Amino acid sequence: MSTPMLEIKNLHVRVEDQEILKGVNLTLNRGEVHAVMGRNGSGKSTLSYVLAGKDDYEITDGEILFNGEDLLEMEPDERAAAGVFLAFQYPIEIPGVATMTFLKAAMNAQRKSRGEGELSTPEFMKAVKEAASLLEVKQDMLKRPLNVGFSGGEKKRAEILQMALLAPQLCILDETDSGLDIDALKVVSEGVNKLRGPDRTMLVITHYQRLLNHIVPDVVHVFSDGRVVETGGKELALELEAKGYADFDAETAA
Amino acid sequence: MSDYGIPTLKENIDRETVDQVLALDVDKYKYGFETDIESDMAPKGLDEDTIRFISAKKEEPQWMLDWRLEAFRRWQTMIEPTWARVKYPKIDFQDQHYYAAPKGSSGPKSLDEVDPELLRTYEKLGIPLSEQKILAGVQEDGNGEATPFSGNVAVDAVFDSVSVVTTFRKELAKSGIIFCSISEAVREYPELVQKYLGSVVPVTDNYYATLNSAVFTDGSFVYIPKGVRCPMELSTYFRINERNTGQFERTLIIAEEGSYVSYLEGCTAPMRDENQLHAAVVELVALDDAEIKYSTVQNWYPGDKNGKGGIYNFVTKRGDCRGKNSKISWTQVETGSAITWKYPSCILRGDGSRGEFYSIAISNGHQQVDSGTKMIHLGKNTSSRIISKGIAAGFSDNTYRGQVSCHRKATNARNFTQCDSLLIGDTCGAHTVPYIESRNSSAVFEHEATTSKISDDQMFYCLQRGLSEEEAVALIVNGFVRDVLQHLPMEFMVETQKLIGISLEGSVG
Repeated sequence: MSTPMLEIKNLHVRVEDQEILKGVNLTLNRGEVHAVMGRNGSGKSTLSYVLAGKDDYEITDGEILFNGEDLLEMEPDERAAAGVFLAFQYPIEIPGVATMTFLKAAMNAQRKSRGEGELSTPEFMKAVKEAASLLEVKQDMLKRPLNVGFSGGEKKRAEILQMALLAPQLCILDETDSGLDIDALKVVSEGVNKLRGPDRTMLVITHYQRLLNHIVPDVVHVFSDGRVVETGGKELALELEAKGYADFDAETAA
Repeated sequence: MSDYGIPTLKENIDRETVDQVLALDVDKYKYGFETDIESDMAPKGLDEDTIRFISAKKEEPQWMLDWRLEAFRRWQTMIEPTWARVKYPKIDFQDQHYYAAPKGSSGPKSLDEVDPELLRTYEKLGIPLSEQKILAGVQEDGNGEATPFSGNVAVDAVFDSVSVVTTFRKELAKSGIIFCSISEAVREYPELVQKYLGSVVPVTDNYYATLNSAVFTDGSFVYIPKGVRCPMELSTYFRINERNTGQFERTLIIAEEGSYVSYLEGCTAPMRDENQLHAAVVELVALDDAEIKYSTVQNWYPGDKNGKGGIYNFVTKRGDCRGKNSKISWTQVETGSAITWKYPSCILRGDGSRGEFYSIAISNGHQQVDSGTKMIHLGKNTSSRIISKGIAAGFSDNTYRGQVSCHRKATNARNFTQCDSLLIGDTCGAHTVPYIESRNSSAVFEHEATTSKISDDQMFYCLQRGLSEEEAVALIVNGFVRDVLQHLPMEFMVETQKLIGISLEGSVG
């Protein structure tokens, strides 16, 4: 069997004095979409930040392999260039920097670190136009400073737009459904679905089942108290919705 | 919170950032080379003989020498100001050369007479002096007249104490525009110089301006006749090359009724261990309905990472909106200099006149910046606008100091001031010192100030998208200064964006 795209083994993570992740094990193969569900504070977002390489998290044990290589040894920008993308739960405002300018800077920075040449302006414009139409992003939004004054829906669309343009291998979607109304959820989910493919793996983090009606996962993991407590098919999400997290907490306790 | 929505950073200190800053390398100054050229120099020291020497070298008329001597006598009675938020050892004014000129160049001449070494220097600085080269891109219009593209720039190149060459003079003369070195103007256009020199910045204005009046060596002179829109950007590039030499340039720009000119100024210097003094005076006069746009990219050598060396930049720049509905706009990008002490100002004398000040001041390493503006509202219905963006990194100190005042008779004066400071790391400082005085109840003055830091979250977001730390800082800072950048002429905008990146290299970790 080929190397999994992402292997997380016995991952323990601490923030200041508190242990947040207490031995996470996950294996994601190429082309699969995995959902991680869990209540607030169960450590889901910590997992996404650790994968992307944010500071402030101390890895006390375990390892993460990305295409067989030690991900924890890489800087955040190296991880990005290698194909790790995090769609933020709360996208950050970059005042004064037009969305278009940011997109170009990001694409060229990644190309540069992979030893590729810069995109020409026509190439770039064509790529942006295609991706923008996929997500119903208007030209006007591309001219505004990134995420500044964006509505919840616009912020999430801007995240998926970046994902489409940067074409990562591993997409981590952190609570992408939060702050979205039904219509926006549909647009964003459809955008994500169009980006699914045999060479792309997705880790969808959410605490509502509703997102998974739109982005149907191959595998569902239930997260509780810093661990994966249950793994199953897409029906597990429905079971969880019906029973609530309490049952799974009990399993952990037992 | 600014209206740019920059989030204030959590207070905890990122050790790594601090360490990076400690290891900061500002030695990457790109223009730090030295030109090996033989110079004709005045002996070190300053007395009346030095001034006579300079005046004689410039072949000046008696009135000019008298003016200088008068200034020198006043200067001797003056005391060096200490109110600025800058620290430096006492300057020994006797330990400097006050005149240095490349051998054999007593004034600007045609390009083929200029020492090729000098031309190479300017080429290295990215400043094209060869008109041939530029003219290759010039179109012929129907009358067989050469019409320069808007991208063309006429250049006056000042090397140490003398102007070495001024390009496009013939082209400009066709419209009646005078663009030459101030030394030449003193000889060729004495009535204009006598009428306007010192009329905006009086000889006794301040310590450095008075010193400059006594010993100024060269600079540019611009005269735009009535109703003429200057067809190209005029620019001066100042280069300090010699050791232990002060540069005291003097620029005088006169825009007659209904005329327009855009003027650019660029400055560089070699890297040296000792501090060098630069004390310039710039005077602008705008008559009825005239407009002057003055842009500066100041990139003097800022000193090394330990704060050794660098230029002391003590400059007096002032514009007089003398005529009704006249307009003066200052745009400055301050990145170099160990110490910057500079307040480009507007005297809004004419009714309906307007003053603008757009500034980006970046300090890194051990640089100290105390800069801002003065808007003096004297006429009726005058308005002014100040947008200042200070960026401090490393161990630097960055102060905005600005005065807005309204005279008793200046009814309906309007001012809007916005001062934003951005801190990178926690060992630098940003300060805002506004002075607002109004003697007329109809005045409306607004002042907004914000201080923010580049947040860890912003950095992480950019890194996650693949930008390196330096690229991320440059991008965020360029966003921070965007509304000032837009006021720069195209030629300077791209250069400035790059310069911002270079100036802040190694400022985060």
